[in-house]
Amino acid sequence: MTTTEQPAHADVGFGRRPRVEDARFLRGKGQYVDDITLPGMLHGAILRSPHAHARIVSIDTSEAEAHPKVKAVITGATLESLKLAWIPSLSHDVIAVLATDKVRYQGQEVAFVVAEDRYSARDALELIDVDYDVLDPVIDAQRALDPGAPVIRDDIEGKADNHIFDWTAGDKDQTDAAFASAEVVVKQDMLYPRVHPAPLETCGSVAWMDPVSGKLTIWCTTQAPHAHRTLYALVAGLPEQKIRVVSPDIGGGFGNKVGIYPGYVLSVVGSIVTGAPVKWVEDRSENLVSTSFARDYHMHGEIAATRDGRILGLRVDVLADHGAFNNTAQPTKYPAGFFHIFTGSYDYPAAYCTVKGVYTNKAPGGVAYACSFRVTEACYLVERIVDCLADELGMDPAELRMKNLLRPERFPYLSPTGWEYDSGEYPRALAKAMEMAGYEQLRKEQAEKRARGELMGIGVSFFTETVGAGPRKHMDILGLGMADGAEVRVHPTGKAVVRLSVQTQGQGHETTFAQIVSEVTGIPSADIEVVHGDTDNTPFGLGTYGSRSTPVSGAAVAVASRRIVDKARLIASAMLEVSPEDLEWDRGKFFVKGDPSTAKTIQEIAFASHGTQELPEGVEGHLDAECVYDPPNLTYPFGAYICVVDVDKGTGQVKVRRFIAVDDCGPRINPMIVEGQVHGGLADGVGMALMEVIAFDEEGNCLGGSFMDYQLPTALECPSWELGETVTPSPHHPLGLKGVGESATVGSPPAVVNAVIDALKPYGVRHVDMPLTPAQVWRAMQGRPFRTDLAITDE
Amino acid sequence: MQVTMTVNGTQVSEDVEPRLLLVHFLRDTLGLTGTHWGCDTSNCGVCVVQLDGLPVKSCTVLAVMADGHDVRTVEGLADGPELDPVQQGFMHEHGLQCGFCTPGMMLTARHLLDTNPHPTTDEVREAISGQICRCTGYENIVRAVQWAAEHPKDVATEGVSP
Repeated sequence: MTTTEQPAHADVGFGRRPRVEDARFLRGKGQYVDDITLPGMLHGAILRSPHAHARIVSIDTSEAEAHPKVKAVITGATLESLKLAWIPSLSHDVIAVLATDKVRYQGQEVAFVVAEDRYSARDALELIDVDYDVLDPVIDAQRALDPGAPVIRDDIEGKADNHIFDWTAGDKDQTDAAFASAEVVVKQDMLYPRVHPAPLETCGSVAWMDPVSGKLTIWCTTQAPHAHRTLYALVAGLPEQKIRVVSPDIGGGFGNKVGIYPGYVLSVVGSIVTGAPVKWVEDRSENLVSTSFARDYHMHGEIAATRDGRILGLRVDVLADHGAFNNTAQPTKYPAGFFHIFTGSYDYPAAYCTVKGVYTNKAPGGVAYACSFRVTEACYLVERIVDCLADELGMDPAELRMKNLLRPERFPYLSPTGWEYDSGEYPRALAKAMEMAGYEQLRKEQAEKRARGELMGIGVSFFTETVGAGPRKHMDILGLGMADGAEVRVHPTGKAVVRLSVQTQGQGHETTFAQIVSEVTGIPSADIEVVHGDTDNTPFGLGTYGSRSTPVSGAAVAVASRRIVDKARLIASAMLEVSPEDLEWDRGKFFVKGDPSTAKTIQEIAFASHGTQELPEGVEGHLDAECVYDPPNLTYPFGAYICVVDVDKGTGQVKVRRFIAVDDCGPRINPMIVEGQVHGGLADGVGMALMEVIAFDEEGNCLGGSFMDYQLPTALECPSWELGETVTPSPHHPLGLKGVGESATVGSPPAVVNAVIDALKPYGVRHVDMPLTPAQVWRAMQGRPFRTDLAITDE
Repeated sequence: MQVTMTVNGTQVSEDVEPRLLLVHFLRDTLGLTGTHWGCDTSNCGVCVVQLDGLPVKSCTVLAVMADGHDVRTVEGLADGPELDPVQQGFMHEHGLQCGFCTPGMMLTARHLLDTNPHPTTDEVREAISGQICRCTGYENIVRAVQWAAEHPKDVATEGVSP
């Protein structure tokens, strides 16, 4: 084949273009886990504990086993014989697959029924008779540490309290000295309540242990299929090459689908026991009550400053409620994830934090819901307390921020807790947001409204995200380093396939990763197939969460693509019989310097690489390349958000009138997709700020077991988002990319809360805990805000 | 119980348990998995289908209640290879990410445009307010519906290459 001039493609490289994955979703032809049906497939259902804390006296499964459509009933005793009753958590702990000794939270898994259809499996749950000896539950994290509090984890030898870990970061002496010399110190307690990521697709799996080949295949709602495969191999003792984990289309992840849940393991056990494929899909109530919450940080913050608003130091003390098992998703070395970037976006010399983890009778979790391992809590804390300081100093909160933001010349910036921020132009981003908002005009409008007795608030927040987990020297999950692999193969006709170690839960990887290959190689996106989500067909890597896909896997793809171009140069030099240095590269073709008429396109070079052309010595045939990318550093996207609210005086109802978001995530692969992700994150943030909380009563009953109780924002609560951007490339990513998926979820809650509290200024309110429901806001106006994590008991 | 109904223009007849939900009838019995299942309490709306042209949440409708009626699912939205303007609008305006709420959103949008061809943004938000999306922040869904309003069938098939 001698291809002549390729047509100029508008489809090459970065830029706004529709998503290729939409074609199947728009026709209802996506394939989510619950859409998978295999011949002879059975259905599993889980019996869950009605109590938060109770000893199991006995379990009688005989009636359930007698149900004509039931194929197996599995209890903790069954699993003990298989050594699968307890499995490692994500955080140096163990979690129960099925309770054996006692139940430790409401909704904990007690038994598993496998039946011919999903309705019969549910029917049979009601035929299981469990005798419980109910114990006192521990619901309040602060009371969990009281001497004499019931010990939740008496399965751990010698455990006599509910304490999990103590962790510190920063320099205590330096911070104490900064506080001692400060003219102003402001202190504030605040709760980041327990919330739920609540992807619309709940968790589920279809497991098939083929008794003939010995191969276990699991289609499962996972954000990290390769990590799951390795953990199955380690835990169950199965050979890793005989395990295939497939993450098909996933209906949203948000961190909820990183961990291994008991239901996944039970579907595998069910398949082993019955010899048939077993599907398990949790319902909404199971998802909300038992499947990994997020946040639940009780924080005490202190900020020190000069009278004219120069911040000198920050001191933070956190009580972290991790539920009954410490299953928090975070790098092994960091008991509180990346909470040590609690110093935020400001330039000050001293900071110190302590975090204490405790067990309570609540579901385990601590998932990094759309954030990088506790950055959301950190950002909330610093952005709230900076507003408290502004209030104390009588300064405008935007002015106070502008005064203390890191200046561009400070980058790369070493934070007081030892993290090196890669690049940033913070003041420019804040100035842009203020300009878009018409900040001065808004303040005038607010003053006029206040004079009329109306409540309007303007909230500012600035965030620095910490994404791209991460460098192997710093980060791992259960000993697995976070490097990601990528393989790019160019077919003889110049079309390509790229295989990723990450996959998508809606982020549009099939579109953007093709664009990365296209940007580097000049091959049109439409000619590039993206393969992901199947451990049998993709290189090893740690999956999609913490906005790590673009910073890590995207870098791997970029490097592999550059290796393709490097190889293409050598082949082109042979084709043109000149030395490689005499060639010039122009977006998809090489030509002899100064003579474009000699151009060989990447497609022609691909064909030659597979053809009869004699290749230079040392150059293997086929235009393929791969890369395992270990990032040198995290990336640090940032942004400035401004929220405008109106509060109804009579009811406490908050209306988000405007929301301005300026994001800097470096260059944008596909601006349409970036904007879409920012929109989604902003809605999540508004939900957390105003509506969402998983609360408990004194008996440990979860009060948010359905979407009737656990309220998520709808189109009516969300404004029309106003987006802006600045572009500050990362100096160490091959394409300067930083990642954006979670920025808005991190940055928006403090903007909304700051706005509402600004609106409540006439009432002397300085802080109110999320969620700012009408009841909470109304009570704050009366000077009586309540604890949002516990059921109201005082009236 | 025997139920007979028209689904996407085709008559189907099946023997079902009286308690079988319409969402499971569509997904498990007929294999039409484009209709999703999200909450069982009529709150999330990912299971919305059209019953006699009206959007309903199929997780709280029994299959027997649809006996003798007309059901339209996302699989019946496109006219063969040609996408409905609503589908084109969702692609054009990036009104979907994970795609899980998308079928229900589009069936509601189709009903809205059939009854109100030029809705305001407030009317679009009101129409989809019983449905939750966790990815898009709704902004692009609103834009998608308005795009479809501005590009009715004949116009839509011109200028858009999905």
